[in-house]
Amino acid sequence: MAIIEQPLAIETSEAQLAERPLGSLTRPQGGNGWRDWLSSVDHKRIGIMYGVAAMFFFLVGGAEALLIRTQLAFPEQGFLSAQIYNEIYTMHGLTMVFLFVMPLAAAFANYLIPLQIGARDVAFPRLNALSFWVWLSGAVFINSSWLLGGGGADCGWFCYSPNSGVTFSPTHGVDFYAVGLLIIGTASIVSSLNLIVTVLNMRAPGMSLFRMPVLTWMLLVTQFLLAFALPVIVVALFLLLFDRVFDSQFFDPDAGADPLLWQHLFWIFGHPEVYIIILPSFGIISEIIPTFSRKPIFGYSFMVFSGIAIGFMGWGVWAHHMFVSGIGPISVAAFSLSTMFIAVPTGVKILNWLATMWGGKIKFTTAMLFSVGTVAMFTIGGLSGVTHALAPADTQQTDTYYIVAHFHYVIFGGGVLGLMGGAYFWWPKIFGHMLNERRGKIHFWLMIIGMNLTFGPMHVLGLQGMSRRIDTYSAGFGFDLWNLVATIGAYTIGLGVCYFLYNAWVSKREAKHLPAPGPDPWDARSLEWMVPSPTPEHNFDVIPTVESQDEWWYRKYGYDDNHKVVRIATVEEAAQKGDADDVHLPSPSFWPLVIAVGMPLIGYGVIFNLWLCVIGGILVAGSIYAWVLEPVDDPDAGHGHDDHHDDDGGDDPAMVGAGATDEGEGS
Amino acid sequence: MTTTSTVAVDTHHDAHQTNTGISNNKLAMWLFLGTECLLFGGLISTYLLYKTRGNGDVLPTDIFDIPFTSVSSFVLLMSSLTMVLALSALNRGEVERSRAWLLTTAMLGGVFVGGQVYEFTTFVREGMGFTTNPASSAFYTLTGFHGVHVSLGILMLMSLVVASVQGKLKAENAETVEIIGLYWHFVDIVWIFIFTVIYLIPAE
Repeated sequence: MAIIEQPLAIETSEAQLAERPLGSLTRPQGGNGWRDWLSSVDHKRIGIMYGVAAMFFFLVGGAEALLIRTQLAFPEQGFLSAQIYNEIYTMHGLTMVFLFVMPLAAAFANYLIPLQIGARDVAFPRLNALSFWVWLSGAVFINSSWLLGGGGADCGWFCYSPNSGVTFSPTHGVDFYAVGLLIIGTASIVSSLNLIVTVLNMRAPGMSLFRMPVLTWMLLVTQFLLAFALPVIVVALFLLLFDRVFDSQFFDPDAGADPLLWQHLFWIFGHPEVYIIILPSFGIISEIIPTFSRKPIFGYSFMVFSGIAIGFMGWGVWAHHMFVSGIGPISVAAFSLSTMFIAVPTGVKILNWLATMWGGKIKFTTAMLFSVGTVAMFTIGGLSGVTHALAPADTQQTDTYYIVAHFHYVIFGGGVLGLMGGAYFWWPKIFGHMLNERRGKIHFWLMIIGMNLTFGPMHVLGLQGMSRRIDTYSAGFGFDLWNLVATIGAYTIGLGVCYFLYNAWVSKREAKHLPAPGPDPWDARSLEWMVPSPTPEHNFDVIPTVESQDEWWYRKYGYDDNHKVVRIATVEEAAQKGDADDVHLPSPSFWPLVIAVGMPLIGYGVIFNLWLCVIGGILVAGSIYAWVLEPVDDPDAGHGHDDHHDDDGGDDPAMVGAGATDEGEGS
Repeated sequence: MTTTSTVAVDTHHDAHQTNTGISNNKLAMWLFLGTECLLFGGLISTYLLYKTRGNGDVLPTDIFDIPFTSVSSFVLLMSSLTMVLALSALNRGEVERSRAWLLTTAMLGGVFVGGQVYEFTTFVREGMGFTTNPASSAFYTLTGFHGVHVSLGILMLMSLVVASVQGKLKAENAETVEIIGLYWHFVDIVWIFIFTVIYLIPAE
């Protein structure tokens, strides 16, 4: 259990900036100014930027949700016109899925994967920065349609044809939808390839795949889903865009085209997307629940394999979104069965979380409350999901508020609550101070009461026959009371979110007067807790050699002769000091940002004027070449997978994390 | 992929020490090609769904020129051979020969793209434009996407040639050529699928 004092033997190359070869901009040399953030390739800073941007769009999407609920609070209101209402709910869905939950999960993935596997950075740090900036440019692009496109997209987030065609959606909203999602999709594909390579290739010595924390496993499955689901929506979006911009005939029924093609392509992407949203949250609570139950996770391998099973089976259920599309009885029966099957691995996970808590010394911190809330709410959502698997019942439920209730229980209850719990859990690791627990618990109760008030009544509304996506309803159908309750609930959630931001703000101010949380405030189990809080720029002074699951726990605890757990080292003894000063880190780069500026220009060009495409294209292509030419001996580690003429794979400093032999490592 | 408790360090040539023994760059390329399979899978499915939907107008299968496309397909397949020869030459340290094969590969790719441009213009002249019917839209989109992939491959090959002329491409950079080769072979394999499924199998 020795602490490793000796420095890692890595060649350092400072002061090689004398002459500046082609392709390099002046890069900041370490610091905390805005230029450092804009050019950062540090996975932790990129993770923080993902998180901050995601929270911003959470507020945007939340404001849209409140507009929807305000319109529906009472019957026959004229607060929003039907057209604006269509745009608002479409943008609410897009924002929450693509601009909030996915990037917030990406924030956790970026920050935590390298730390949990014992690496110094991701495999391609510059590509990581590229993913973030391109995602952000796509997010801004989609929202710019409010100003430039004559309003947002008005076709729902699934944007079924022929509603998405020029005939029924004449503004540029759907064009912005298609191009914006293409940009965001590009970013996500790049990010997923990067993180898969990171997990497969850069684990610390001894960190075999089946010693990885469950969170890393779930994020790995998520990245595979992203990598293989997004190309399908890319195809669909190109077809849609070609239809709208170049008058092709993919979705025009008059010309003999089949609108079901869109539905299939969309949901082949869209259903794995559901698991892309939920699996990171599953991973997060799989870290939190064992920590606060003081027990190892129950059935680790079942946990991992059920996650993998969900990843595979998620590809075989897409048509349950289309039971009323006329896909025929055999398809309906097959997809009905596969949908029931996918409840099995999910049920295994729920059982394992409960069994982890069973008999544990449970400590109800805010993070734990959110995790338990996630399990409970997701179970409710999962059960209503099984009722959709019964095709005859689904025929009644399709396009009613029952569906809205279901997917909000799953995505908000299962996804968002888990991510919130993760925020409380890793806040000290990321920012070096705790979030106030008392206020955190108020936040939790506001969220969970709010969501049940909002989405619970929607079950009733749906079964009573209130259809989705209508901008108002008449009095006297029995919809009035539950709609009002749902609106009150939505404002409660809004209050909860504001209270979270208030908590974050005040906790930071109070932190000056509180003792620092230290490396391991929760007495947790995985490797990120063995480095100081906040994480030093180089992550690990020395890459640890891993000998078991829950490695960090076993550096603190052992067993005595009677198999009782005994403390063998204090956190101070076992943790790293974060004082290594000779670690060679990848240099920052501005090119990812420049590429991200170029991509929306191409997008605007496709919609408005092809000359803009030329400008954007030159910017992107030029930046890619500049990126490649950025000096090799400068310790830049990123490699473009779409620009393979870089030849510096061998001295990739981040790779040192995976390959270096740490002979001095104690047991 | 290794799940053993020690890092599986592949000791053959230089310092690519990763858990899998495959370098990061190469693994990323393999994964990227995996995502490309889904992209082309979607496009090929779209074409197969729409191939008989002519809306009364001319269908792609009516006007395919199989002998012509066979020749251009053969040219593209031969470019995979020259790609392998380029890599093999660089592995042996024969930089100039490698450069010549890279250039040949790019030129063969150029012949293929040129053939595609000729084919497209002929088809348009024969009355099948991009917007004529769902079948034509799907045909041009699928083969167009493939053509763009070949063109990007040519761009990468020419960048390698330039790097080689500048003396930056040596035997130790063989893996870069290998990775671009992976992309190039993938694009060829996709074409084998397209040529067989789209051109050779007749619409009933």
